[in-house]
Amino acid sequence: MNHDLPLWADLAVSLFLVLGAVFGLVGSWGLIRLPDPMTRLHAPTKATTLGIGGVLISSMLLTFARDGVVSTHELLITLFLVLTSPITALFIGKVHLHLRQDRSALPRPATGAGWAGYTAEGPARGVRESARPSVPPAGEAPRTSD
Amino acid sequence: MMIYALGFAAACFGLALLMNLWRLVKGPEASDRILALDTMVINVIALLILLGIGLGTAVFFEVAMLFALVGFVSTVAYCRFLLRGDIIE
Repeated sequence: MNHDLPLWADLAVSLFLVLGAVFGLVGSWGLIRLPDPMTRLHAPTKATTLGIGGVLISSMLLTFARDGVVSTHELLITLFLVLTSPITALFIGKVHLHLRQDRSALPRPATGAGWAGYTAEGPARGVRESARPSVPPAGEAPRTSD
Repeated sequence: MMIYALGFAAACFGLALLMNLWRLVKGPEASDRILALDTMVINVIALLILLGIGLGTAVFFEVAMLFALVGFVSTVAYCRFLLRGDIIE
């Protein structure tokens, strides 16, 4: 750990490390603090973007200050996480909607078309039959299997 | 000063892992458990990068990248199994 860093690099790396750690802690604290599964979906995005981002920025600063080169491994990890976290959140939200039993407690969409998570064909677990609207909404495209 | 920040960050992410474990055990629905597992992967990636900073090597970036890949695929496979009853149809 004796890197002989200049003072600005030491301060900046420490600042971004502490920022990232605080955001990671806040994200996980929100995961156990928030009351509803849909609101819980919101909390760990802080840990994904800002927490990991802060740690990776500090790592880039450290590499630049110590070796004089710009490291791009961190940008790859950030790019991958930013690309995949919306897909993960969408899937987890769909799982929550599908496994939820009291579907009438959901608010109605403004167009009356039904929620998009419930309109897919082929219920695998048999929970979608009772809630399917009897009249399919107009303008719904015929669906191919995904 | 950086060594203290490293220790603080490692403690924060370790505590975050414990919180995720609590949600994983207690979570009332399956989506909560999947979300807790996904967040655990995120925190483990952060811990790996911290370890790489502390040891001064760049090997752990590849390890973190592999963790991100496997974590994404496992989360999507878990959700897919719960949504469709099968992973690859």
